[in-house]
Amino acid sequence: MSNKTTHATHDRTDDRPTDAGDAPVLELDAVEKSYGSERVIEGLSLSVHEGEILTLLGPSGCGKTTTLRLIAGLERPNAGEVALNDATVSGPDRFVAPEDRGVGVVFQEFALFPHLTAAENVGFGLEAWDDDARDARIDELLDLVGLEAQGDSYPDELSGGQQQRVALARSLAPEPDVLLLDEPFSNLDVDLRVQMREEVRRILKETGVTAISVTHDQEEAMSISDRVAVMNDGRIEQVGDPEQVFQQPESRFVAGFLGHASFLPGYVHGGEVTTGLGPISRDQINGLAGTYDRTRIDVLVRPDDIQAVPVDGEADGRVVARRYLGPTILYEIRLDDDTTVQCMHNHDESIPLDASVRIELDADHELAWFPGDQRPPDADADADADAAE
Amino acid sequence: MATDNHTIDDAGDDLPLPTTIASGAVAAAVLLPLVWLVRTALDVGLADAIAISTRPATVEVFLNSAALVITVTVASVLIGVPLAYLTVRTDLPFRRGLTVAVSLPLVIPSYVGAFAFVSAFGPQGAFQRLLAPLGVERLPEIYGFPGAALVVTLYTYPYVFITTRAALKSLDTTLIDAARTLEHGRWEAFRRVTLPQIRPAVTAGSLLVALYALSDFGTPAIMQFDAFTRVIYVEFTSFGSDVAALLSLQLVAVTLLILGLESHVRGNEPLYAGRQGGRTGGTLPLGRWKYVAVAACLAVSGLAILVPVGILLTWLAQGGAEVGNALAFRPEYAVNSIGVAAGAALVATLAGLPVAYLAAKHRTRLTDAFERATYVGYAVPGVVLGLALVYFGTSYAQPLYQTLYLLIAAYVVRFLPQAVGSMRASFLRVNPALPEAARMLGRTSFGAFRAVTLPLIAPGLLGGAALVFLTTMKELPATLLLRPSGFKTLVTHIWTATEAGYYGHAAVPALILLGVSGLSMLVILSQEGYDVK
Repeated sequence: MSNKTTHATHDRTDDRPTDAGDAPVLELDAVEKSYGSERVIEGLSLSVHEGEILTLLGPSGCGKTTTLRLIAGLERPNAGEVALNDATVSGPDRFVAPEDRGVGVVFQEFALFPHLTAAENVGFGLEAWDDDARDARIDELLDLVGLEAQGDSYPDELSGGQQQRVALARSLAPEPDVLLLDEPFSNLDVDLRVQMREEVRRILKETGVTAISVTHDQEEAMSISDRVAVMNDGRIEQVGDPEQVFQQPESRFVAGFLGHASFLPGYVHGGEVTTGLGPISRDQINGLAGTYDRTRIDVLVRPDDIQAVPVDGEADGRVVARRYLGPTILYEIRLDDDTTVQCMHNHDESIPLDASVRIELDADHELAWFPGDQRPPDADADADADAAE
Repeated sequence: MATDNHTIDDAGDDLPLPTTIASGAVAAAVLLPLVWLVRTALDVGLADAIAISTRPATVEVFLNSAALVITVTVASVLIGVPLAYLTVRTDLPFRRGLTVAVSLPLVIPSYVGAFAFVSAFGPQGAFQRLLAPLGVERLPEIYGFPGAALVVTLYTYPYVFITTRAALKSLDTTLIDAARTLEHGRWEAFRRVTLPQIRPAVTAGSLLVALYALSDFGTPAIMQFDAFTRVIYVEFTSFGSDVAALLSLQLVAVTLLILGLESHVRGNEPLYAGRQGGRTGGTLPLGRWKYVAVAACLAVSGLAILVPVGILLTWLAQGGAEVGNALAFRPEYAVNSIGVAAGAALVATLAGLPVAYLAAKHRTRLTDAFERATYVGYAVPGVVLGLALVYFGTSYAQPLYQTLYLLIAAYVVRFLPQAVGSMRASFLRVNPALPEAARMLGRTSFGAFRAVTLPLIAPGLLGGAALVFLTTMKELPATLLLRPSGFKTLVTHIWTATEAGYYGHAAVPALILLGVSGLSMLVILSQEGYDVK
């Protein structure tokens, strides 16, 4: 799975904004938000550049939707500033009403007005335009989203995918500077979701709008975004290219949230790191500084980084669980030092439960690592719970 | 945007100021007439109060009212729940027609039913004359408790029927299937699954019935049964203001007791616990019993509808001779009725709008209190409210006394809960993302309300207004006490005619009243999307 996603995003590197030095369209600076005594957003800062698609990715309750609402002006921050095109829109002594921000929103359940037709929905934000210009704009947008024929249909006469397109067209119609998408695909069937992801990315790129989307689905985040901001507990843990975030997570949370992650304890000395899989060359560990010599670290291994080979003689561990995933099988292997690692095999390479295996490290990229003292006391328990889900 | 959902809206920091002020003003205006009750409570000394409250006549009134409320409530549940079950969960033939027939008594004001029953089953009534050739000398006594209990039950059980039906229809029948697969028989499944699910609805319906029975003015008056309402009115008209006031206080206390009892029984359960959109298949086959079931439905609704309609039509046929009499009906009575009812509906809708909006969209302790305050009309029977406003008008607002303004104010206080309830439910059904979407598309918050929220709540608005219109048309005691002198409506005309014993003159206004009530009912049913299938 991870391979597929990473490749998909690699293909796209070219349509990313090349000049990272663009002035940011949207800037959040040390934004805080609490509901009663519950702090939902803590010191959140973020810049989004012209024409970029950025995704806020995180588990439910991490504050990503609240962040979106703060940008839209549907909530007021308790502290910090939100600026659009260098002008403060939410700050200690300034609050611009949502309708005056030039921000469009695609809502989670689309929020189409049930008493208006698709065309009337699209034209809703064009109240101030003259009739001809408005009609032309409605046609243009229905055309853009491929719904030329459905203009007179009411929302309840449209399929989920069509409603999604109307919602997108409606929010793009007034030519917003920034478009916000709140879990835009969560209401669609799985097949449609994949198709709409491509479609929405195409439309956004065609209009060149700056977009911020919110999701808890890492695959969705990877496939539609130019950059991903991983959120946890009201904070941004890491912002970067999808592959950068996936391959070089800066925190254990990011590593664990994006795909399966096993943490392999190791001891650094000289040119190698001793682990339960045997020694790993220091060159293969990303940016392991000299100061970590003679310390314990945890090396991040993804299930596709390692291969299990059944052996009769000397083994690294044994298979304690297997999960059949269709095209692949996910094995959980308990090493002799009681660490658990996961590895992914094709469905035709079947290894029986309880078999003794040798583990081969088979990664063509540098591995990420975390200092040993960062390790939470129940890291193993977490890994187990994750494997059992 | 609902992932990070907060059920209680940001604890007041976003409360829209103009709406809050409007809502608070409505709540205050509604509570104002009750100043009278407080004043009376303070004026009459404690000793006097105890003396009046404990004298045998007062105790008897209390016992009479209690007996009426309990009998009517129990009887309504015994009639309403089985009929609801039959029309929803069985293969009863003509279900749609029978459902309408069984709901229909709701459009007949109970006092119309009462005088129809008196003239049908009274000592020298139509029914007795019909049976006279068979040697029937006298019928069982209709006046007093039996008649009052019978009539109030017949015209209030539809409250239980309708709320129970709604709960049964939204009941997810897979729950019953689940119970059956867990080795429960039909009866066991009903008792352990269906009954707990519909209990909140039955309780809600029973509450309406109990409050109606306690506050009904016309029926005890016509049946000459000494319930609170009748005695209060009699005392008031014979200059016993003190006694009337004290009895009013007691009546309000009993009403509050019932409300407290209901909320205790209901606990924290949601009113309609059933999951909306659950599967509702698989009806119970009645087999041969279906004839009995149809007969039962027809018997109940037939008794409640055919008796008054039959009597009224008989009078109409005989009534032509008496034209020219001072009691003769004049069309302006109908115009007056419709005028004040429309006024009350309009004012109640406008006054209820900010209250319902805040209660639905910004739940805080303050907005809750405002909403509760508007429910005072439920807790204060019409005769008490009438007296309170008479006092208020004569003491503090002399220019308003005996004007239509005060009359309409009384209707609004009394029926505001219906408008607020209906509108609040509509506001709750509007996805909060819709007005937000409108704001993101450049509308101000008022613009978003007008362009999106208002069209979506229009059915609830109309439904609530129609409900207020319907009940105002039928309201008797407040109209009697507060109308400007010389101002006659359908209801006051019926009252005058029946008091004078000229029942025939009540036929035309009563039939018009039934017609208008029926029409309003149709509006309510169609606007609420109430499905009688």
